[in-house]
Amino acid sequence: MVFFLQNLFNGIMLGGLYALIAIGYTMVYGILRLINFAHGDVMMMGVYFAFYAATLLSLSPFFSAIVAILGAALLGFLIDRIAYKPLRNAPRISALITAIGVSFFLESLAVVIFGAIPKSFLNVFRDRTILNKVLIVAGARIPLLTFLVIFITAAILVILFFIVYKTKIGMAMRAISMDIPTTALMGVNVDAVIGFTFALGSALAAASGIMWAMRFPNVHPYMGFMPGLKAFIAAVFGGIGSIPGAVLGGVLLGLIEIFLAAYFPSFMGYRDAFAFIVLIIILLVKPSGLLGKKITEKV
Amino acid sequence: MEKRLSKRASLTLTIIFILFMVILLYLANEYMDSYKLRVVRLIAIYGIMAVSLNLINGITGIFSLGHAGFILIGAYTASLLTLSPEQKSMSFIIEPIVPWLANVHTDFLTATITGGVVAAIFAFLIGWPVLRLSGDYLAIASLGFAEVIRIVALNAISITNGPLGLKGIPEYSNIWWCYGWLFVTVLFVASLVNSSYGRALKAIREDRIAAEMMGINVFKHQLLSFVIGAFFAGVSGSLYAHWLTTIDPRITTLGPMLTFYVLIMIVLGGLGSISGSLIGAALFAILFEWLRDLEEPFTFFGIHVPGIKGMRILVISAIFILVMIFWQRGIMGREELTWNNLYKWIFARRKGGDKE
Repeated sequence: MVFFLQNLFNGIMLGGLYALIAIGYTMVYGILRLINFAHGDVMMMGVYFAFYAATLLSLSPFFSAIVAILGAALLGFLIDRIAYKPLRNAPRISALITAIGVSFFLESLAVVIFGAIPKSFLNVFRDRTILNKVLIVAGARIPLLTFLVIFITAAILVILFFIVYKTKIGMAMRAISMDIPTTALMGVNVDAVIGFTFALGSALAAASGIMWAMRFPNVHPYMGFMPGLKAFIAAVFGGIGSIPGAVLGGVLLGLIEIFLAAYFPSFMGYRDAFAFIVLIIILLVKPSGLLGKKITEKV
Repeated sequence: MEKRLSKRASLTLTIIFILFMVILLYLANEYMDSYKLRVVRLIAIYGIMAVSLNLINGITGIFSLGHAGFILIGAYTASLLTLSPEQKSMSFIIEPIVPWLANVHTDFLTATITGGVVAAIFAFLIGWPVLRLSGDYLAIASLGFAEVIRIVALNAISITNGPLGLKGIPEYSNIWWCYGWLFVTVLFVASLVNSSYGRALKAIREDRIAAEMMGINVFKHQLLSFVIGAFFAGVSGSLYAHWLTTIDPRITTLGPMLTFYVLIMIVLGGLGSISGSLIGAALFAILFEWLRDLEEPFTFFGIHVPGIKGMRILVISAIFILVMIFWQRGIMGREELTWNNLYKWIFARRKGGDKE
C-alpha cells in the first residue's frame, strides 16, 4: 500500500509535467495541424533561461521562473513568425520538416551558447530546504516538491482553462481551430492569435521545464527531446486538439510509466520505450485518442 | 517536336559515364590522401542512406522518421558478424556476449546482406501496424520506433555491449564496396521507380484515396517500399559501421540526429528525386566536413576567434530552415538527372536563344 501510494504520487507528478508540455502541443496542433517538434526544445531553452537568470543575474528562483517563462513565450512567438508563418499555405509536410529543422537549430544553438556539458539546476536554489523536505502520507515518504509540482500544475491549468474558455482571445483560438479562413473573414487577426497561442504554449513549456529540472536537475541541450516526444504521445493519447485530453493523456502516461517501472524493475532500462509502445497501441485501437473527435479523411 | 535521345544513345552515354566514374574512383583511391578519401567514401554511404529514405519519403510519400533505426540494426548485425570471436570476448566487459553470437564469423559481403535482411525483417514487422497510420502520426510513430530500437541497443547488453558499443570493427568499407553498393542501390531503386510498381507508388504519394479507387493495394505497396528502403538502410548501416570502426547507440551517431541528417540531404536534393538525393548527400558530406573549420580556432581579419563546438550543426540547421522557407523544392525538385533531361535543357535553352 505504501509502495503503491509512493508510486501513485510519483506518477501523478510526472504525468502533470507531461500534461503541461502536452497542452502546448495540442494547442498548436489544434490550430495549425502542425506537430511543433521544437516544443521540447523551447522547454529546454526555458530551463536555461531560468538557470542563467538565477546564477548570472542572481535573481530569486521565483523571479528566475518569471524571466524564463517570458523568455520562452517570446521565443515561441519568434519561432512562429520566422519559421512557420512563411509556410502557412505550403504543404503540411513542409511545415513538419521545418519544425524538425527548428528543433535541431535550437539544440545546436544551446550547445554553442550554453555548452554541451550538463549543468546542475540545483545551483539555482541557494536555500535548498524546500527541496529536501519530505512529508509522510500514510507511511509513504513523499518529497514536498511533489506536492509543489502538483499544486503549481493544477493552478496553471485553471488559469489556462480560464483563458481558453472565458476570454475573447480564447474564443478566437477555438474558432481558428475550427476554420481559419472563415475566422479571418469574421475580422479576427489570425496571425496575432496564432502568435499568442505559440507564446502561451511556450510559456507552459518553460513552466513545466523548470519543474522538470527541479525533479531531474540535469540540464543539457538535449534534455527537451524525450519529454517533448512523450508529451506529444500524451497529447495523441488524450485526443490531439483537446486540452482536457492532453491533461488526461499526460497523467495516464506518467502513471503507466511509473507503475510499469515500479512493478517490473527488470525493465527499468526500457522505461523510455513504454511510451512509444503505448502510442502505437492507442493509434491502432483508437486513432482519435481518448477524448478526441473523430476526423474522417476528406476526398 | 520534342527532341529525345534514342535509347541506344542513352545507354552508350551511361556506360561511358560509369567507366569514367570507375577510372575517377581508381585515381582517387590511388592519389588522394586518406582524409579526403574518407570523405569520398562517406559520400557513397550517405548516398545509399539518402536514396533509400527518398524511396520511402519522397517517392511513396510515407513520412518516416525511423531511418536511423534501420541503419542501427544493419550496423550492429553486420559488425557482430565481422568481428572475430576473440575481439568479441575482449570487448564485452559488462556482460559476456550471448553464446549463439560469440562464434559466428562471416565475410563482409555476407554480413552486409544479413544486416540489410535483418533491417528489412524489422521493417516488415513494424510496418504492419505503423503503416495503417498516416501523415504526422506515422512520422511520430516511426521516430518512436527508431528510439525504441536505440533504447534496446542501449539495454540489451549481452548482444550489443550496451552504452560501450562495439569497438575494433575492421575497416572494410573501402571505396569499391561503398560505390559498388551505391551503384546497386541506385540501379535497384531506379528500376523499381520506373516500373509499374513505381508508378503505383507515385500515385499513392499524390493521392492515396484516388490510388485506392484505381485498384492499387495501397498498404501492400507502401509496405513493399518501406521494406526495400529498410533493406538498403541496413546495408548503409553496415558500410557506415565498417567506416566508423566503432559504433554505439548515442543520439548523435545512430540516433534521431542521423535520421535528421539524411532528411536534410533528401530535402536539399529534392524530395522524390534519386539523383537529387545523391547530390544532396554529396553536398551534405562535403559541407559538413568543410564546416569543421568553424569549430577550430581561426583568425578573422585580425580578430582571433576561438573554436566553438557545435557551430557546424548550427549552421547546417540554419541552412536547412532557410531551404525549407525559400526553396522547398530543393535542388532537383522531382526531376531526375537523365541524359534526356540534360539534352532537353541544353536544347531548349538554345532554341529560346534563336527566337530572340
